[in-house]
Amino acid sequence: MSYENLSIFEQDFWDINNSLNRLLTSTNATALLLVDKAGQMITSVGNTTSVDLVSFGSLAAADFAATSQLALLIGEDEFTELFHQGKQENIYITIVLSRIILVVIFGKTTNLGLIRVRIKSAVSDLERIFSNIFSKLSSSSGRARETFNDDFKKAAESELDDLFK
Amino acid sequence: MSVINYSSREITFKIVFYGTGLGGKTTNLKVIYNKVSPDQKGKMISLATEMDRTLFFDFLPMDIGSVKGFKTKFQLYTVPGQIYYNASRKLILKGVDGIVFVADSQVERFEDNIESMDNLLENLQEHNLKIEDIPFVLQYNKRDLPNISSLDDLQKSINPWNVPYFEAVATQGIGVFETLKAVSKMILQRL
Repeated sequence: MSYENLSIFEQDFWDINNSLNRLLTSTNATALLLVDKAGQMITSVGNTTSVDLVSFGSLAAADFAATSQLALLIGEDEFTELFHQGKQENIYITIVLSRIILVVIFGKTTNLGLIRVRIKSAVSDLERIFSNIFSKLSSSSGRARETFNDDFKKAAESELDDLFK
Repeated sequence: MSVINYSSREITFKIVFYGTGLGGKTTNLKVIYNKVSPDQKGKMISLATEMDRTLFFDFLPMDIGSVKGFKTKFQLYTVPGQIYYNASRKLILKGVDGIVFVADSQVERFEDNIESMDNLLENLQEHNLKIEDIPFVLQYNKRDLPNISSLDDLQKSINPWNVPYFEAVATQGIGVFETLKAVSKMILQRL
Protein backbone atom coordinates (compact mmCIF):
# COMPACT_ATOMS: atom_id res chain seq x y z
CA MET A 1 0.00 0.00 0.00
CA SER A 2 1.34 3.39 -0.86
CA TYR A 3 1.45 6.07 1.77
CA GLU A 4 0.18 8.81 -0.49
CA ASN A 5 -2.84 10.81 0.48
CA LEU A 6 -5.94 10.39 -1.61
CA SER A 7 -6.44 13.90 -3.01
CA ILE A 8 -9.62 14.55 -4.93
CA PHE A 9 -9.72 17.77 -6.93
CA GLU A 10 -12.79 19.78 -7.88
CA GLN A 11 -13.28 18.58 -11.46
CA ASP A 12 -12.78 14.92 -10.54
CA PHE A 13 -15.20 15.34 -7.66
CA TRP A 14 -17.90 16.72 -9.97
CA ASP A 15 -17.25 13.95 -12.48
CA ILE A 16 -17.69 11.40 -9.71
CA ASN A 17 -20.91 13.03 -8.51
CA ASN A 18 -22.30 13.28 -12.03
CA SER A 19 -21.61 9.62 -12.63
CA LEU A 20 -23.26 8.67 -9.34
CA ASN A 21 -26.27 10.86 -10.04
CA ARG A 22 -26.74 9.19 -13.43
CA LEU A 23 -26.66 5.80 -11.72
CA LEU A 24 -29.07 6.98 -9.06
CA THR A 25 -31.56 8.16 -11.67
CA SER A 26 -31.25 5.12 -13.91
CA THR A 27 -31.73 2.67 -11.02
CA ASN A 28 -34.14 4.63 -8.82
CA ALA A 29 -32.05 3.60 -5.82
CA THR A 30 -32.39 5.40 -2.49
CA ALA A 31 -28.76 6.49 -2.16
CA LEU A 32 -25.24 5.80 -3.36
CA LEU A 33 -22.11 6.09 -1.28
CA LEU A 34 -18.48 6.05 -2.29
CA VAL A 35 -16.07 5.02 0.46
CA ASP A 36 -12.32 4.63 0.56
CA LYS A 37 -11.17 1.11 1.54
CA ALA A 38 -9.83 2.57 4.80
CA GLY A 39 -13.39 3.55 5.72
CA GLN A 40 -13.41 7.23 4.86
CA MET A 41 -16.43 8.61 3.05
CA ILE A 42 -15.64 10.22 -0.31
CA THR A 43 -19.10 11.32 -1.39
CA SER A 44 -22.75 10.34 -1.42
CA VAL A 45 -25.80 11.12 -3.54
CA GLY A 46 -29.51 10.50 -3.04
CA ASN A 47 -31.55 10.48 0.10
CA THR A 48 -29.15 10.01 2.98
CA THR A 49 -30.93 12.11 5.59
CA SER A 50 -31.66 9.13 7.82
CA VAL A 51 -28.20 7.57 7.43
CA ASP A 52 -25.22 8.29 9.68
CA LEU A 53 -22.80 8.52 6.75
CA VAL A 54 -19.56 8.50 8.72
CA SER A 55 -20.50 5.34 10.62
CA PHE A 56 -21.86 3.82 7.46
CA GLY A 57 -18.61 4.41 5.58
CA SER A 58 -16.51 2.88 8.31
CA LEU A 59 -18.75 -0.18 8.63
CA ALA A 60 -19.09 -0.70 4.86
CA ALA A 61 -15.29 -0.75 4.53
CA ALA A 62 -15.03 -3.16 7.46
CA ASP A 63 -17.73 -5.35 5.92
CA PHE A 64 -15.91 -5.44 2.61
CA ALA A 65 -12.53 -6.08 4.27
CA ALA A 66 -13.87 -8.91 6.44
CA THR A 67 -15.62 -10.52 3.49
CA SER A 68 -12.45 -10.30 1.40
CA GLN A 69 -10.67 -12.27 4.10
CA LEU A 70 -13.42 -14.90 3.91
CA ALA A 71 -12.83 -15.02 0.15
CA LEU A 72 -9.13 -15.63 0.67
CA LEU A 73 -9.90 -18.55 2.97
CA ILE A 74 -11.69 -20.32 0.13
CA GLY A 75 -9.11 -19.44 -2.50
CA GLU A 76 -10.71 -16.31 -4.01
CA ASP A 77 -8.87 -12.97 -4.17
CA GLU A 78 -11.92 -11.07 -3.01
CA PHE A 79 -15.66 -11.08 -3.58
CA THR A 80 -16.35 -8.39 -6.12
CA GLU A 81 -19.93 -7.85 -5.01
CA LEU A 82 -21.84 -8.14 -1.74
CA PHE A 83 -25.58 -8.06 -1.22
CA HIS A 84 -27.41 -7.63 2.07
CA GLN A 85 -31.16 -8.05 1.99
CA GLY A 86 -33.50 -6.41 4.47
CA LYS A 87 -37.28 -6.18 4.76
CA GLN A 88 -37.49 -2.64 3.40
CA GLU A 89 -33.99 -1.59 2.40
CA ASN A 90 -31.13 -3.53 0.85
CA ILE A 91 -27.46 -2.88 0.30
CA TYR A 92 -25.40 -3.78 -2.72
CA ILE A 93 -21.63 -3.25 -2.56
CA THR A 94 -19.05 -3.44 -5.31
CA ILE A 95 -15.44 -2.37 -5.71
CA VAL A 96 -13.79 0.10 -8.07
CA LEU A 97 -10.12 -0.39 -9.03
CA SER A 98 -9.58 -2.51 -5.90
CA ARG A 99 -9.48 0.64 -3.78
CA ILE A 100 -12.85 2.34 -3.69
CA ILE A 101 -16.09 0.85 -2.40
CA LEU A 102 -19.37 1.74 -4.09
CA VAL A 103 -22.46 1.15 -1.97
CA VAL A 104 -26.01 1.21 -3.32
CA ILE A 105 -28.83 1.51 -0.80
CA PHE A 106 -32.14 0.60 -2.37
CA GLY A 107 -35.69 -0.27 -1.44
CA LYS A 108 -38.77 -1.56 -3.21
CA THR A 109 -38.67 1.09 -5.94
CA THR A 110 -36.05 -0.92 -7.82
CA ASN A 111 -34.48 -4.36 -7.88
CA LEU A 112 -31.11 -6.05 -7.71
CA GLY A 113 -31.11 -7.12 -11.35
CA LEU A 114 -31.51 -3.59 -12.63
CA ILE A 115 -28.80 -2.32 -10.30
CA ARG A 116 -26.37 -5.00 -11.44
CA VAL A 117 -26.96 -4.09 -15.08
CA ARG A 118 -26.81 -0.31 -14.64
CA ILE A 119 -23.85 -0.30 -12.29
CA LYS A 120 -21.49 -1.64 -14.95
CA SER A 121 -21.23 1.61 -16.88
CA ALA A 122 -21.01 3.63 -13.66
CA VAL A 123 -18.14 1.46 -12.44
CA SER A 124 -16.41 1.90 -15.77
CA ASP A 125 -16.83 5.72 -15.48
CA LEU A 126 -15.53 5.67 -11.93
CA GLU A 127 -12.58 3.51 -12.92
CA ARG A 128 -11.59 6.08 -15.50
CA ILE A 129 -11.97 8.97 -13.06
CA PHE A 130 -10.08 7.26 -10.25
CA SER A 131 -7.29 6.06 -12.56
CA ASN A 132 -6.84 9.70 -13.39
CA ILE A 133 -6.93 10.67 -9.69
CA PHE A 134 -4.39 8.00 -8.73
CA SER A 135 -2.08 8.97 -11.57
CA LYS A 136 -2.08 12.56 -10.31
CA LEU A 137 -1.37 11.62 -6.70
CA SER A 138 2.36 12.07 -6.80
CA SER A 139 2.04 15.48 -8.42
CA SER A 140 -0.73 16.58 -6.05
CA SER A 141 1.62 16.76 -3.07
CA GLY A 142 2.57 20.29 -4.15
CA ARG A 143 -0.98 21.50 -3.79
CA ALA A 144 -1.31 19.73 -0.43
CA ARG A 145 1.84 21.48 0.78
CA GLU A 146 0.45 24.80 -0.38
CA THR A 147 -2.98 24.27 1.19
CA PHE A 148 -1.81 22.69 4.41
CA ASN A 149 1.00 25.12 5.07
CA ASP A 150 2.39 26.22 8.43
CA ASP A 151 -0.56 28.58 8.95
CA PHE A 152 -2.98 25.71 8.53
CA LYS A 153 -0.98 23.50 10.87
CA LYS A 154 -0.82 26.20 13.53
CA ALA A 155 -4.57 26.85 13.26
CA ALA A 156 -5.34 23.12 13.41
CA GLU A 157 -3.14 22.66 16.46
CA SER A 158 -4.91 25.50 18.19
CA GLU A 159 -8.29 23.85 17.41
CA LEU A 160 -6.93 20.64 18.92
CA ASP A 161 -5.86 22.47 22.04
CA ASP A 162 -9.36 23.94 22.36
CA LEU A 163 -10.99 20.59 21.77
CA PHE A 164 -9.25 19.00 24.72
CA LYS A 165 -9.48 21.86 27.17
CA MET B 1 -3.27 7.89 4.06
CA SER B 2 -5.57 10.85 4.60
CA VAL B 3 -8.39 11.63 2.23
CA ILE B 4 -8.27 15.23 1.01
CA ASN B 5 -11.34 16.48 -0.83
CA TYR B 6 -10.61 19.87 -2.37
CA SER B 7 -14.15 20.23 -3.62
CA SER B 8 -16.07 19.70 -0.39
CA ARG B 9 -13.01 21.09 1.43
CA GLU B 10 -12.61 18.24 3.86
CA ILE B 11 -9.61 16.37 5.16
CA THR B 12 -9.91 13.14 7.14
CA PHE B 13 -7.26 11.29 9.11
CA LYS B 14 -7.31 7.81 10.59
CA ILE B 15 -5.76 7.10 13.99
CA VAL B 16 -5.49 3.53 15.26
CA PHE B 17 -5.13 2.59 18.93
CA TYR B 18 -3.11 -0.61 19.07
CA GLY B 19 -1.96 -2.77 21.97
CA THR B 20 -2.48 -5.84 24.07
CA GLY B 21 -5.92 -7.14 25.12
CA LEU B 22 -7.53 -5.41 28.12
CA GLY B 23 -4.85 -2.71 27.97
CA GLY B 24 -7.31 0.20 27.86
CA LYS B 25 -7.69 1.05 24.18
CA THR B 26 -11.48 1.11 24.26
CA THR B 27 -11.38 3.03 27.55
CA ASN B 28 -9.29 5.71 25.82
CA LEU B 29 -11.98 6.11 23.16
CA LYS B 30 -14.79 6.16 25.72
CA VAL B 31 -13.06 8.90 27.69
CA ILE B 32 -12.57 10.95 24.53
CA TYR B 33 -16.18 10.35 23.53
CA ASN B 34 -17.45 11.54 26.92
CA LYS B 35 -15.25 14.60 26.97
CA VAL B 36 -15.69 15.97 23.45
CA SER B 37 -18.73 18.19 22.89
CA PRO B 38 -21.63 16.63 20.93
CA ASP B 39 -21.17 18.86 17.88
CA GLN B 40 -17.59 17.68 17.47
CA LYS B 41 -18.15 13.96 17.58
CA GLY B 42 -20.18 11.32 15.79
CA LYS B 43 -21.62 8.13 17.12
CA MET B 44 -19.19 5.75 18.79
CA ILE B 45 -19.49 2.28 17.33
CA SER B 46 -18.23 -0.79 19.17
CA LEU B 47 -18.20 -4.15 17.50
CA ALA B 48 -17.76 -6.03 20.74
CA THR B 49 -18.60 -9.44 22.19
CA GLU B 50 -21.18 -9.92 24.93
CA MET B 51 -18.34 -9.79 27.41
CA ASP B 52 -17.55 -6.27 26.18
CA ARG B 53 -14.31 -7.35 24.54
CA THR B 54 -13.59 -5.69 21.21
CA LEU B 55 -14.37 -8.17 18.45
CA PHE B 56 -13.56 -6.19 15.33
CA PHE B 57 -13.04 -2.53 16.24
CA ASP B 58 -14.35 0.52 18.03
CA PHE B 59 -14.84 3.60 15.95
CA LEU B 60 -15.18 7.24 16.98
CA PRO B 61 -15.38 10.04 14.40
CA MET B 62 -14.29 13.49 15.58
CA ASP B 63 -14.61 16.81 13.88
CA ILE B 64 -12.19 19.48 15.05
CA GLY B 65 -14.04 22.10 13.02
CA SER B 66 -13.16 24.28 10.11
CA VAL B 67 -9.48 25.09 9.88
CA LYS B 68 -8.65 27.74 7.28
CA GLY B 69 -11.80 26.73 5.41
CA PHE B 70 -11.11 22.98 5.58
CA LYS B 71 -13.34 20.72 7.64
CA THR B 72 -10.76 18.70 9.56
CA LYS B 73 -11.77 15.29 10.82
CA PHE B 74 -10.12 12.53 12.77
CA GLN B 75 -11.43 8.99 12.82
CA LEU B 76 -10.31 6.95 15.81
CA TYR B 77 -10.22 3.17 15.68
CA THR B 78 -9.17 0.56 18.21
CA VAL B 79 -8.12 -2.96 17.29
CA PRO B 80 -9.07 -6.11 19.20
CA GLY B 81 -6.13 -6.92 21.46
CA GLN B 82 -6.58 -10.64 21.80
CA ILE B 83 -3.99 -12.67 19.91
CA TYR B 84 -6.45 -14.68 17.81
CA TYR B 85 -8.03 -11.61 16.22
CA ASN B 86 -5.00 -10.79 14.12
CA ALA B 87 -6.89 -10.79 10.83
CA SER B 88 -9.09 -7.97 12.17
CA ARG B 89 -6.09 -6.00 13.42
CA LYS B 90 -4.44 -6.19 10.04
CA LEU B 91 -7.55 -4.88 8.27
CA ILE B 92 -7.94 -1.91 10.57
CA LEU B 93 -4.38 -0.73 9.93
CA LYS B 94 -5.28 -0.16 6.30
CA GLY B 95 -4.88 3.52 5.44
CA VAL B 96 -3.65 4.48 8.90
CA ASP B 97 -2.30 8.02 9.40
CA GLY B 98 -1.17 7.72 13.02
CA ILE B 99 -0.82 5.05 15.68
CA VAL B 100 -1.16 5.11 19.47
CA PHE B 101 0.26 2.03 21.15
CA VAL B 102 -1.46 1.52 24.51
CA ALA B 103 0.79 -0.57 26.75
CA ASP B 104 -0.46 -2.22 29.94
CA SER B 105 2.05 -1.22 32.63
CA GLN B 106 1.36 -4.20 34.90
CA VAL B 107 4.38 -6.46 35.42
CA GLU B 108 2.43 -9.57 34.43
CA ARG B 109 1.59 -7.98 31.05
CA PHE B 110 5.19 -7.05 30.25
CA GLU B 111 5.69 -9.79 27.67
CA ASP B 112 2.24 -9.29 26.18
CA ASN B 113 3.22 -5.71 25.35
CA ILE B 114 6.33 -6.89 23.55
CA GLU B 115 4.36 -9.49 21.61
CA SER B 116 1.75 -6.92 20.65
CA MET B 117 4.42 -4.47 19.49
CA ASP B 118 6.07 -7.21 17.40
CA ASN B 119 2.68 -7.99 15.97
CA LEU B 120 2.13 -4.33 15.06
CA LEU B 121 5.44 -4.21 13.21
CA GLU B 122 4.63 -7.41 11.33
CA ASN B 123 1.18 -6.22 10.34
CA LEU B 124 2.50 -2.87 9.17
CA GLN B 125 5.03 -4.68 7.05
CA GLU B 126 2.19 -6.52 5.33
CA HIS B 127 0.81 -3.12 4.32
CA ASN B 128 4.34 -2.10 3.17
CA LEU B 129 4.55 0.41 6.00
CA LYS B 130 7.35 1.07 8.46
CA ILE B 131 6.73 2.36 11.95
CA GLU B 132 9.46 4.97 11.43
CA ASP B 133 7.39 6.54 8.65
CA ILE B 134 4.17 6.87 10.61
CA PRO B 135 3.25 9.38 13.34
CA PHE B 136 3.45 7.13 16.37
CA VAL B 137 3.22 7.60 20.15
CA LEU B 138 3.12 5.27 23.14
CA GLN B 139 0.89 5.39 26.15
CA TYR B 140 1.88 3.55 29.31
CA ASN B 141 -1.50 2.93 30.85
CA LYS B 142 -2.62 1.80 34.33
CA ARG B 143 0.12 3.77 36.12
CA ASP B 144 -2.09 3.83 39.24
CA LEU B 145 -1.85 0.09 39.82
CA PRO B 146 0.54 -1.25 42.46
CA ASN B 147 2.41 -3.89 40.48
CA ILE B 148 3.75 -2.02 37.47
CA SER B 149 6.96 -2.10 35.46
CA SER B 150 9.28 0.88 35.63
CA LEU B 151 9.15 3.39 32.80
CA ASP B 152 12.75 2.58 32.07
CA ASP B 153 12.02 -1.12 31.57
CA LEU B 154 9.01 -0.35 29.38
CA GLN B 155 10.93 2.14 27.31
CA LYS B 156 13.77 -0.32 26.72
CA SER B 157 11.44 -3.13 25.75
CA ILE B 158 8.95 -1.45 23.42
CA ASN B 159 10.21 2.00 22.54
CA PRO B 160 13.60 1.57 20.87
CA TRP B 161 12.71 4.48 18.55
CA ASN B 162 12.24 6.77 21.53
CA VAL B 163 9.00 8.17 20.17
CA PRO B 164 6.95 10.40 22.50
CA TYR B 165 5.31 8.49 25.36
CA PHE B 166 2.72 9.34 27.97
CA GLU B 167 1.87 7.90 31.36
CA ALA B 168 -1.84 7.35 31.74
CA VAL B 169 -4.65 6.15 33.93
CA ALA B 170 -7.25 5.92 31.19
CA THR B 171 -10.10 4.96 33.54
CA GLN B 172 -9.65 8.35 35.21
CA GLY B 173 -8.98 10.19 31.97
CA ILE B 174 -5.38 10.89 32.96
CA GLY B 175 -3.00 11.09 29.99
CA VAL B 176 -5.69 10.30 27.41
CA PHE B 177 -5.94 13.70 25.76
CA GLU B 178 -2.21 14.36 25.92
CA THR B 179 -1.67 11.14 23.97
CA LEU B 180 -4.28 11.91 21.34
CA LYS B 181 -3.17 15.49 20.99
CA ALA B 182 0.44 14.42 20.47
CA VAL B 183 -0.31 11.94 17.71
CA SER B 184 -2.76 14.35 16.05
CA LYS B 185 -0.16 17.10 15.97
CA MET B 186 2.41 14.71 14.53
CA ILE B 187 -0.04 13.82 11.76
CA LEU B 188 -0.63 17.48 10.96
CA GLN B 189 3.10 18.15 10.86
CA ARG B 190 3.54 15.33 8.41
CA LEU B 191 0.99 16.70 5.93
